[in-house]
Amino acid sequence: MDRLNKRIAYLSAAPILILLLVFFVAPLLVIGIYSIMPQKSFSLLAMPDFSSYSLIFVEGYLKSLFWSLVLAFSSTVILFLLCWPLAYAMAKIFNRFTLIITIAVVVSLFVSENIRLFGWLLTLMKGGLIEGLLRHYTGNGFEGALYNVPIIIFGLVYVYFPFMLFPLMQGIAMIAEDTRQAAFDLGATRWQVLREIELPLAAPGIVVGTLLSFVLAAGALAESKLLGGQTVIVLADDIETAFTYGQNWPLGSALSMLLIMIIATIAVFGISRVDIDTIMGRKRS
Amino acid sequence: MKPSYSTKIVLFAYGILAIIFLYLPLLSVSFASISRARYLTFPIKAYSFKWYTKAFESDTVTDLVIISLKVASIVTIVSMVLGFFGALAFARYNWRFRHLFQKVILLPIFFPQAVLGLALLIWFNSLGVIPTWKTAIISHLVWISPITTLIIAIRAYSFDSSLEEAARDMGASTFTIFREVTLPLLMPGVISAGLFSFLLSWGNFPLSLFTTGADLTMPEWLYAKMISGYSPLVPTVGMLSISVSLFVIVFAFAVAHLVRMIKQARI
Repeated sequence: MDRLNKRIAYLSAAPILILLLVFFVAPLLVIGIYSIMPQKSFSLLAMPDFSSYSLIFVEGYLKSLFWSLVLAFSSTVILFLLCWPLAYAMAKIFNRFTLIITIAVVVSLFVSENIRLFGWLLTLMKGGLIEGLLRHYTGNGFEGALYNVPIIIFGLVYVYFPFMLFPLMQGIAMIAEDTRQAAFDLGATRWQVLREIELPLAAPGIVVGTLLSFVLAAGALAESKLLGGQTVIVLADDIETAFTYGQNWPLGSALSMLLIMIIATIAVFGISRVDIDTIMGRKRS
Repeated sequence: MKPSYSTKIVLFAYGILAIIFLYLPLLSVSFASISRARYLTFPIKAYSFKWYTKAFESDTVTDLVIISLKVASIVTIVSMVLGFFGALAFARYNWRFRHLFQKVILLPIFFPQAVLGLALLIWFNSLGVIPTWKTAIISHLVWISPITTLIIAIRAYSFDSSLEEAARDMGASTFTIFREVTLPLLMPGVISAGLFSFLLSWGNFPLSLFTTGADLTMPEWLYAKMISGYSPLVPTVGMLSISVSLFVIVFAFAVAHLVRMIKQARI
């Protein structure tokens, strides 16, 4: 009987694993092979020469990488600070309001991200919702708030808000009230409780939330393009250009590999520290 | 230590602020869609629904809706099936590679979608497949079926396996157990997973951008018009896309409510 269950388990895992093998692993392997092909090659069988990787260090691509990481890092930090109080209240304080916020956030996720970013464009541009109404009622306008670095970070914070909020909430829900209470009774200050009890106990949620936001923001494209204009070129932008206008697949592949390696290092490091069963709410047996 | 009354008020206000923050841009889009002017400035001088009439008459918009619908519907059905079986392996059974499987499933979610889309484009090219809306279905599935697996897995964690055992002891075959016990128990998870996958596929942009070839979905068309060659139809089509999502959500909630009422009436 146990053996039958095991067989069903393997059979159930098979369909999605086959899908991921053929359309996730295999494409990444192809990208890996292309990345060592000579420049502008469209064949996978040429003599490998690794020229794309040396090109990364010669041309300005390190700068795009730097921007991608800086933008991802700053938006992740801001997201953590913004989401912590709300996630805390949702997990511990609000009752019905938690459900309302949850529904509101999830529903917003279903609106295509470029429509929402376009909405910010209409809100923040000169003559947009905020500036236009301000000028109309006060007589003083300002230049639109668009096309700079802070607004790109703002866009990233906006788009990836749910990806930080929900894991944090899940993590905070794992903090046992008794433990907090005990610490207070033993004379711990608020700050000590936060540092010694709450942050460590909520760690799985914090790890998942920060990882998810950082990784997604590092590979994001639309925020810098729509809100940032061309002030900053991010790595995902360079990758797209190399594959499309540039028609240089090996270069695009090498840049993708660079991004994938960085993300994979961070993600594998993070995921291996977290027990997925616990986060997903499985009762410990 | 209970939070004080004033702390609660502040947090409550913060929550409301967060909701406003999420929906403010959509408010701007909805105003823009009913502005009469070709180039929008606030405050809006004259309102009109003419862009909606234009959108409904336009063949381009009809094509966009049809392609987006086709992709989202097929993705929904396939990802529900994949997610159902995936969730069983994820949460229900104890097997040797379960923890590895869980991590593998998470990888596509932790992956930048634009890069995944490009990688798939190169892969399809190497296979000699010309990208159309059909290849977009595959790219959506790579990202969405792990998500449906997770959603159904939440349900599968609370699964009482003794029910399956009881059925087996009474002589039910594996297939009958699946159909009569496992599937009905996981059904609520499967349905919410289906809802998620429809909506996520309908609104997806980074994956579609590289894998639809000459076909266009609504988010792609919007993006193309946003970065070059602005059209006054952009806010209108955006609102149409949002309305479909909203309709699906409200419909799903209404059906769920109805089912609950019928069940209660029976008891």
